[in-house]
Formats: sequence, structure tokens, C-alpha cells
Amino acid sequence: MAPILEIKNLYKSYGSLEILKDINISIDKGDFLVLVGPSGCGKSTLLNCIAGLEDISGGSILIDGHDMTHVSPKDRNIAMVFQSYALYPTMSVAKNITFGMKVRGVDQATQKRKLDEVAKQLQIEQLLNRRPGQLSGGQRQRVAMGRALVRDPKLFLFDEPLSNLDAKLRVEMRSEIKKLHHNLGASMVYVTHDQIEAMTLATKIVVMKSGVLQQVGSPAEIYNRPANLFVADFMGSPAMNLIPAKVTCDASSSRIEIARPDADPLVLVDQSNGDLPEDVIIGLRPEDIVEAGYRSGQNVQTATCHVDMVEPAGADTFVVSHLGGKEVTARLHAETQATPGQDLNFAFDLAKVSYFEPDTGRRLN
Amino acid sequence: MTDIPFQPRRSNTSRLFLRVLLYVLIALFALYYLMPLFVMLTTSLKSLEEIRTGSLIALPRDITFEPWQKAWSGACSGVTCEGLRPYFWNSVLLAVPAVLISTLLGAINGYVIAQWRFKGANLIFSAMLFGCFIPFQVVLLPMARVLGIMDIAGTISGLIFVHVVYGIGFTTLFFRNYYVTIPQELVKAAKVDGAGFFRIFWAIFLPLSLPIIVVTVIWQFTQIWNDFLFGVSFSQAGTQPITVALNNIVNSTTGVKEYNVDMAAAIIAALPTLLVYVVAGKYFIRGLTAGSVKG
Amino acid sequence: MTVWLERHLPKMVLAPSFIAILIFVYGFIAWTAWVSLTRSRLLPRYDIEGLIQYERLFAAPRWDTAMNNLFIFGTLFILISMALGLLLAILLDQKIRTEGAIRTIYLYPMALSMIVTGTAWKWMLNPGLGVEAMVRRWGFEDFTFDWLVNPDMAIYTVVIAGVWQSSGFVMALFLAGLRSVDEEIIKAAQVDGIPTFRIYTAIIIPSMAPIFLSAFIVLSHLAIKSFDLVIALTGGGPGNATDLPATYMYAMAFSRGDIGQAASSAMVMMAVVFAIVVPYLYSELRAKND
Repeated sequence: MAPILEIKNLYKSYGSLEILKDINISIDKGDFLVLVGPSGCGKSTLLNCIAGLEDISGGSILIDGHDMTHVSPKDRNIAMVFQSYALYPTMSVAKNITFGMKVRGVDQATQKRKLDEVAKQLQIEQLLNRRPGQLSGGQRQRVAMGRALVRDPKLFLFDEPLSNLDAKLRVEMRSEIKKLHHNLGASMVYVTHDQIEAMTLATKIVVMKSGVLQQVGSPAEIYNRPANLFVADFMGSPAMNLIPAKVTCDASSSRIEIARPDADPLVLVDQSNGDLPEDVIIGLRPEDIVEAGYRSGQNVQTATCHVDMVEPAGADTFVVSHLGGKEVTARLHAETQATPGQDLNFAFDLAKVSYFEPDTGRRLN
Repeated sequence: MTDIPFQPRRSNTSRLFLRVLLYVLIALFALYYLMPLFVMLTTSLKSLEEIRTGSLIALPRDITFEPWQKAWSGACSGVTCEGLRPYFWNSVLLAVPAVLISTLLGAINGYVIAQWRFKGANLIFSAMLFGCFIPFQVVLLPMARVLGIMDIAGTISGLIFVHVVYGIGFTTLFFRNYYVTIPQELVKAAKVDGAGFFRIFWAIFLPLSLPIIVVTVIWQFTQIWNDFLFGVSFSQAGTQPITVALNNIVNSTTGVKEYNVDMAAAIIAALPTLLVYVVAGKYFIRGLTAGSVKG
Repeated sequence: MTVWLERHLPKMVLAPSFIAILIFVYGFIAWTAWVSLTRSRLLPRYDIEGLIQYERLFAAPRWDTAMNNLFIFGTLFILISMALGLLLAILLDQKIRTEGAIRTIYLYPMALSMIVTGTAWKWMLNPGLGVEAMVRRWGFEDFTFDWLVNPDMAIYTVVIAGVWQSSGFVMALFLAGLRSVDEEIIKAAQVDGIPTFRIYTAIIIPSMAPIFLSAFIVLSHLAIKSFDLVIALTGGGPGNATDLPATYMYAMAFSRGDIGQAASSAMVMMAVVFAIVVPYLYSELRAKND
């Protein structure tokens, strides 16, 4: 079966400014692809290119096996939900949803039937005669989704659809989109700058920076095995600890030395990774540094560190210690007795460690 | 609102005094602005005899509507004595199509410039904006010749053409500045829905535009109704707009100077725009400030 | 084909207006500029002869009067309109109960044709029956106010009428400006105990610099283009005492049949307008594109 969306060697530039460089992505039917990256990384431009709202400078875009590179948006068999929702302000909700069908000359009876279906699915039946101006943010969001759903397209495109909602509503709508994806089995491409949204929604994540793909993979891959320092730092909150270290190693294990202020270097021994260069940056997520005794495994190392700061966050307590010239965050359980100034015994789970080359940022293990 | 109360350390009496002074000043200025209108109105209702013997600002002793009647249908300008009536209708015939055409063009131009940006669109906009600023004297001579070549010299169609051409800059500016505040995603959504350029304009943008249409129509109507330069340059006997006719009547040297008729004629000429101002003053001010801060 | 049409439709829609502007604004300016360099009289001629029309223009006493008048009229008209407009705006900014009505009264002259304004003031200022006669009738037998017919003073009557027409508009601009000053800054100043008068002079008015500039541009533009007001009020007289460049140009073009002079005077007018407006427009457009 052909991939539902295939992007080959896509380039996009404005004059001499290259916005997107050699983008290659392929997703299968039923995939939920999330494009994530900081603002200005080109993710929205890429989405607009997929929709046909922007021309591309090179490469090709195939949707369901058909070359759509030079096809106008209306013929690409897509539907799109926008950040500002882009509801037609002077039309009622019902007209907003049926406008596309009206333009295409779909007969009245079918329009009515599809409208009812979608309205029921999204529970907006009681809103059909209102104007967008009379709706709340969440309701507008639903109508925008309704406008997309009614098309029954091959591919759904979402351009930061939740970023105008308040935090609580965002979480609600997020799970609703996920449910929708599950129930419809639809293929979706979703742009966001919010890495949590990316993690929760995606079956496949594309991390972008400055118009270049950084990593493509499942949420677990991206989270556990970031391809470079940028991805490691961007995905996850609080961010992955990235600590400069010196390594001496043989073929199968490594001795890691991390400098500390006013103390001997912290020494950890990784039993399963060898053959590393002398200078590395080691990456450990906060949840992989815990209070000694709370984590066991064959590659767990314990060491005593100075506690500089304690930040209770309800479910967890974050503890900050200075290691290798960085503030390193550990994620402790909520009942921890750690206090600032104290020396505490930590467990470092080196089964989860990532190594990066300091100059290129490339992953080493 | 910058609500600046007087400082509390002032005593109540001096506060009251300042407040009274403020209102007196405001009232005096109001009087200053109203004076000419008041004098025009009272003069137009007096007989010539009363004008000669009475004071400028006195109320009329015997109200007469004869000057109004004469101004409307009997006052002489040059050789003809038909009053303002034919010229009033000339102005209507001129202003209505010119306003409609220039507004429509401005709407669609503004829509293109704000929502369908293409390379060079901003340059074109700047070029059009520049056109608003030229002193029209610089185009009078060639325009007179071109109207001749097009065989519409001295006709109302010719004047409509002139007003449309030199009105586009402003109307485009109004609509462009209005449409530029509408997110571009609206056009994108409509494109995905399958609507084309004109469909998006008619079905989505035009229904949104009522406020700016009102502002533009009022602005253009005021400009065109009150125009004198184009009117006097490009019309001939019989096709003159009302401002030209008013000026001719007032400066007509034949016969006795009839101030009352002049004033009645002036009020008649002013009435349509004044009415628009009173009814839709809010939009009028918005047009003025938009047209001037930017143009 | 349809894709091509879709892509180029917006340009095609804009094209007629753009072409019209190109021809009727820029082409016409070029035509006028060209003719101003020829010996055209009753009919245009197209052999370029250099700057003779400009030499004739600057040697003509009537043009001299016109430029002088423009300077006097322009300066006074702009200064008084701005001062009056600012004063009115500040007065109206003091939480006036009937503000809406007052504003309407101050601004209505702007809705009138300059011809109407000129006609009204011509009647009020005429010495025989107008203000002069009125004051004399009150018992001040020696009162004279004959500016309208006095060649030395007539230009000031144009200023009076012009200010009456335009100052309300300046007030509207300034009032909008006063209202757009950040309220928190004013509150902070009040908390600091700064007197109302100082708040205006030190905080509010300086922050309105862009509005002063806009008002200045609009008023100077109005002043240079002023034509109808002079025609209706004084007809350029007595004699040529109230001629402005605009009336000079019109006289040359349509009654004297001296196209060369009309063209060169129009070009000078445009130069004056552009000297004021171009830097402003340029900075406006730049600021917007950033």
C-alpha cells in the first residue's frame, strides 16, 4: 500500500532565503504525524506546502500515491484546521461547515445529512445557528474541526490548533483530538511547538530546526534516544540534563568523570557503553536521577551530591545540584526529606544515558 | 479615557471656578463654529430690505421662504436663471456612480493587496498612495486633453471618470488597511474549502466590510460632492456640479446682489454632506482620521 | 490553464487600477513636466526649450504674490489650526458631559464645501453689511474691519475662513491622540503628585509627536492645494492680492491660455508638496514594513 503522504527532497525558499531544506517524510494510513520545533523552524511552512497553500521550490509531494506537487489545495483531498480557527465571521456555524460542500455543488440533502452527522459527533448541534463571534474558544475549535471532518478527506492537517486555548481546555481538546484520530482511523499531520502535545498525540514525530529535519521517529524513540543535542534539549520537560564529562574507557565500559565545584569529581562507571571519545556530553533525564534506593538495575550507580535547591511540584520534587558546570535536575518522590545545603545520595540510571559529541551535537551511543 | 481629575489640594471654590471657566470657554468656541451657519440661515430667511436695515446676527422679523425658492429654481448664474435645481441633480448624477465605482474598485484592490500578497504588491500600493498626495493642478492640463480625446469632455461621464481615477488611491487605502487586520488564514481556509478568488471576496470578505464601506462611501461622497476644482475645470454650461453653480450664482454680476438668495443657495449646496455628517458623524470622523493619518 | 489563471487572477484584477494610476498620475505628471520645458502657449508644443517657463514664472510679479501669500497663509493657517485644535482637544478631554454634541459642532465645517465656507464668510466679512456694519450699529462708529476689500489684509480673511473650516478636524486628531496615551503612565504621574498642567506638557503632549506630524502634513497639504476657498471668498482679489499658486495655475491654464506657465506653476506646487510629504510617506512606509 502506498504511503498516504510522501514528501521527497522538498525545498522551499523565498529568494535566497532557504526556509526548508531537503525534507523527506513518509507516513502510512492511520498515522498521526506531529511536526514539532521552535517558532521559525519552518514547520508551519511545511504544512502549508502540504496543503498547497504555498508553492515549493523543489521536490515533490504525493498524497495517497498521487503526485500533488502542482495541484491546487481544493483538489488535494485534504482538510485543514487553523490556529486562529479561520471561521467565516459572517456565516452561521452550519454555513461554516457546509460552505465547502456548497462551493463544490453538493446537493442540499447530502449537505444536511453530513452536517447533522458531524454536529452530532462533535456535540455542537445546539450551536448550528450561532455566529462564530458568539462562541467560546473551545466551541470555535469544535466548529473548525467540524469543517474539516465534513470533508472526509484523505489527510487532515492541523496548524497549532490548540495554542489559542487556555491550559485546561487545551488538555481537554488534546484528548478529544486523540479520540477522534482513534475512532476515524484517519491520517493526520499536526504542527505544534508544544513538545508535550507532540508526545501525547503522535504515532510519529518529526523534530525540525531551521528548516532541517533533526529526527523522525516514534515518541518513545525521540524521547529515549534523541538523535542530537537539539532534540535532547527540546523534547521533555523539565529538559534532559546535558552535562559535560571526561571519559576513560575500554571496549565495553566507561569511567565518567564530572567536575564539581568545591569537591572531587563525581565518578560514574557505565558498564554497557564503551569506545567513547574523551570529551562527551552525557544526557540523563531528570527521572533517571533519583534518590538512592528508589531505583535498581544492573547499570544504576549511586553517588553523593550536594543539594543546592529543592522545588516541590506536587507529584514530584525536583532537586537541583551543580555538576559539570550545569544545574542538574533530579526528579525525586514527593515525600523526600531533601533540604538545600544537604549532601544526598543519588542513584543515576545509566541504562538510560545518552552520549553526545560536544562539537557536532551528534548522538554517540 | 485619560481621566485627569483636578488635584485634590485645590479648594472646592477654585475647582468650581475652573470648571465654570472650562464650560464658558467651550460654549464660546461652540458659538464661534455655529455663528456662520446661524448667520447663513437667518440671512436666507430675511428679505433684502431687512438685510440692509437690520443687524447681521439679528433674527428675521418676517420670515420669508422666497430666497429659498429662488435659490432652488430661479437664481441667475451668467445667462441662465434656473436656480440650483439642475446642478443639484448634476451633482447627484455625478456623485452616485463615482462613489459606487470607486468604492467597489477600492474594495477589490484592497482585498488583493492585503490578502493576496504577491511580489511587488506593496510597491503598487505605495505608488497608488502617492497618487493621493499630488496637487491635482499637475494633472489638469493633460486630463483636459485626454477627456477630449475620449470624447467625454464637458460631460458628467467625464467628471465621473476623473473622480473615479483620482479616488481609487484613497478607497484602496481604506480597504487595504481594513483587510490587513483580517488573518490570512481565512483565505487559506476558504481555498482548502474550494472557493476561488471572487467567491472568497463575495461570500466572505464583502459581508465583513460594512463598516469600512460606510466610511469609504461617506468619504468619497463628501469629497466628490464638495469638489470644485475638477468641476470647474472639466464641465461646461449645463453639466456643472452644484459647487460650481453656487459660485457662479454668488459671483454673478448681473442685477442686484441678493445675499439672502446666496445664503439659501449655499445651504442647499451644503445640505447633503451636512446631513450625512449629522446622521453618520462617527464614520465621517473615522474616514477623516484614517484618510489623514495615512493619506 | 486554470492553475495559471488562479495564480495570476489577483494581479489581473489589480492591473486596471494600477495602469490607470500609472497613466493618469505618473504619466500626466511626466506630460506636465515635459510641457513645462517648452514654449507652449494656447496649445501645447513638444520641443524642449529648457527652463524658460520657470524663468518667466519666477520673474512674474503675480507669481511672486502667489508664493508670498502661500507662505503667509500656510504658516498662519497651520499654526493657528494646530494651536486651536490642541486647545479644543484638551478642553474636551476634561470629562465634559456633552462631549459628543460639542465635538459634532466643532467638526461640522469639515463636512462643508470650501465654496460654501467661502460664501458664508464672504457675506459676514463684507464691510457694508457684515461684521463691520454690525459693530458700528452697536455704537462703535469708527470700527473698521474691511480686510476683505483691503489688498494688504485680504489674505488674512482666507486664514480666518480656513482655520474655521479645519481646526475642528485637528481637534479630532488630537483628541484621539490624547485618548491613546497609556492610562497607567498618567496614573503613575498622578500618584507622583505631578500637577495636571505638567502632566500635559511633560507627558501627554510629547508622546503625541506623531499626531502633530500627521496634522502638519494634512494641513500643509490642504494649504498648498487651497483653491476653492480663495475663489469663493475673494476670487483672488482685490486685484491679485489673494492669489495662491493654485489660482495662478488655474488662471494660466483656463483663462489666460498660457499652458507653459500653467504647467511650470503646477510643477512647482508639486515640488513643494513632495518636499513635505515624501519624507513623511517614506518613513511611514518603512516603519510599516519593518
